[in-house]
Amino acid sequence: MGAVLTFCEISGSTIRTASLHALTAARELAGKHGGPVVAVVIGQGVGAAAGDVARYADRVLAFDDARLGPALAETYAPLIAAAVGTAGATAVVGTATSLGKDVLPRAAALLSAGMASDVIRVDGTNKFRRPTNAGNALSDVEIASPVVVISVRQTAFAAAAPAATAGKVEAGAVGAVDALGADVLGVHATQSARPDLGEAKIVVSGGRGMKAGENFKILEELTDLLGGALGASRAACDAGMVPNDLQVGQTGKIVAPQLYVAVAISGAIQHLAGMKGSKVIVAINKDGEAPIFQVADYGLVATWESAIPALIAEVKKLKAAAG
Amino acid sequence: MKILVTCKRVPNPEQKLKLAGGKIDLTGATWQINTFDEYAVETALRLTEKGKGGERSGEVVAVAIGPKDVSQQLRGVLAMGADRGLLVAGDDGALDADAVARILAKVVEREKPDLVILGKQTVDGDSNQVGQILAGLLGWPQATFLATIRVAADGKSATTTREVDAGVEEKRVRLPAVVTVDLRIIAKKAVRNEALAGADAEWEETQRYASLKGIMAAKKKEIKELTPAELGATVSPLVRTLSVEAPPARKAGARVGSVEELVAKLHNEAKVI
Repeated sequence: MGAVLTFCEISGSTIRTASLHALTAARELAGKHGGPVVAVVIGQGVGAAAGDVARYADRVLAFDDARLGPALAETYAPLIAAAVGTAGATAVVGTATSLGKDVLPRAAALLSAGMASDVIRVDGTNKFRRPTNAGNALSDVEIASPVVVISVRQTAFAAAAPAATAGKVEAGAVGAVDALGADVLGVHATQSARPDLGEAKIVVSGGRGMKAGENFKILEELTDLLGGALGASRAACDAGMVPNDLQVGQTGKIVAPQLYVAVAISGAIQHLAGMKGSKVIVAINKDGEAPIFQVADYGLVATWESAIPALIAEVKKLKAAAG
Repeated sequence: MKILVTCKRVPNPEQKLKLAGGKIDLTGATWQINTFDEYAVETALRLTEKGKGGERSGEVVAVAIGPKDVSQQLRGVLAMGADRGLLVAGDDGALDADAVARILAKVVEREKPDLVILGKQTVDGDSNQVGQILAGLLGWPQATFLATIRVAADGKSATTTREVDAGVEEKRVRLPAVVTVDLRIIAKKAVRNEALAGADAEWEETQRYASLKGIMAAKKKEIKELTPAELGATVSPLVRTLSVEAPPARKAGARVGSVEELVAKLHNEAKVI
């Protein structure tokens, strides 16, 4: 009969969309634990946001303090651990966002709790499914500790809808706040006209077949025309053609856009692992035997030198026709 | 400064993953160091250097947990330039992040490093937990998924940048601390120890590979073998894998004959542009 504590991230006076997905998983898990969903909100001046979070939870514990303004794992994790005691929780749920990934394992350490990351399915009070090996395997795991901690992959759970009646908001006891000498000096929004590789709806990636870094300019042109993000294979990064942070693959970034265009990429296993969750995959390669064609919805056997300028022209025509 | 760096072995991501009987079949797998740990080693080495190929100051200790075979991966890290290795005996396939972090916490107590650097995650388990748990157990500050790190000249703090959902966060931590590194950390000017390297110091945009000289030198370097019991660590994993299955396979689609046909299909059939 334990509660399910849910770490809810906020933005201004509202809950972050990412946390709505955690609340759905939390509601499901609460059904199995037989307790309420208790949301935890942490920050400075969180009153309005806590009220918003209350629409989705049975109860809200709001930790509000000037020292909690910077989102620090060092100060947030002990409050989550303390809230587990306050709420009588047997589970902690959050979303695998950058903050969730930073804070939740630290909270698990303080609770001596086992944790499953990137959960995509709740199978029991302590049983969960999660992808491993960059999505090449789905692992069913069981957590043995009295309190279980999970981060959920937000695409695997729907966003929660408000409940019929809002939960009650209570102030959590903040107590001593020790950042252990850590400090956030600033957060700078990325100054890029292009969407983030991990979140873009369209990704255009180039491989070793692009031959040189300057040849990526034509891929950038296509990328910008489509409003997408630029990626690359590990081979292209290792060859120094593009920076390493463009790397898509098991050893780079895992992407799942609506459209993935692989240009001059042969399709090494570790690359496929990073992009095969994409909705539609296009492969353009001069080698018709390249493994990338085995996962492509649309394959075009052609050199990039001939195909990409033609593709740019066609997309421009399409855009012009759409007015 | 003294830096502890982790090196976990993982099955080669270039090889097809075999699944049989609800388990990952690792017979015939070739092993290599986890890519993000390799970046961690590169980061540690740069923090002990005056610049690319420059004079070194400080010590880099590499730690691995696993069977004796893991000494191969450790030897590789020593060939890159790390000073000595620690091999803690264990069944690496059965350990969870908590168990690994508890062993590492005992290694930290013994070695007393100024900084612990780990890869942000392993490319097999994908948990992304060990660094954060370790920092929590030690009561140390943490900076995760680093794109850059600059250690202050006085060795008392490190200023880092890390990719977060809202952009790039600049975080300063007091040392000793635990940090985990992401892809960008191997950029030319991503890493610098102000006590050693000037603002103009830069390295190749890659993790270094072992030179022949490095491989020869590594043969003489120490790899100390330890057991969790000798370290005073109790190993009792909290997370157990019950079974593993393959995700639904993706079917190969159609070939198109021309760019015009491709664009028409993406627009009319797939409706993605």
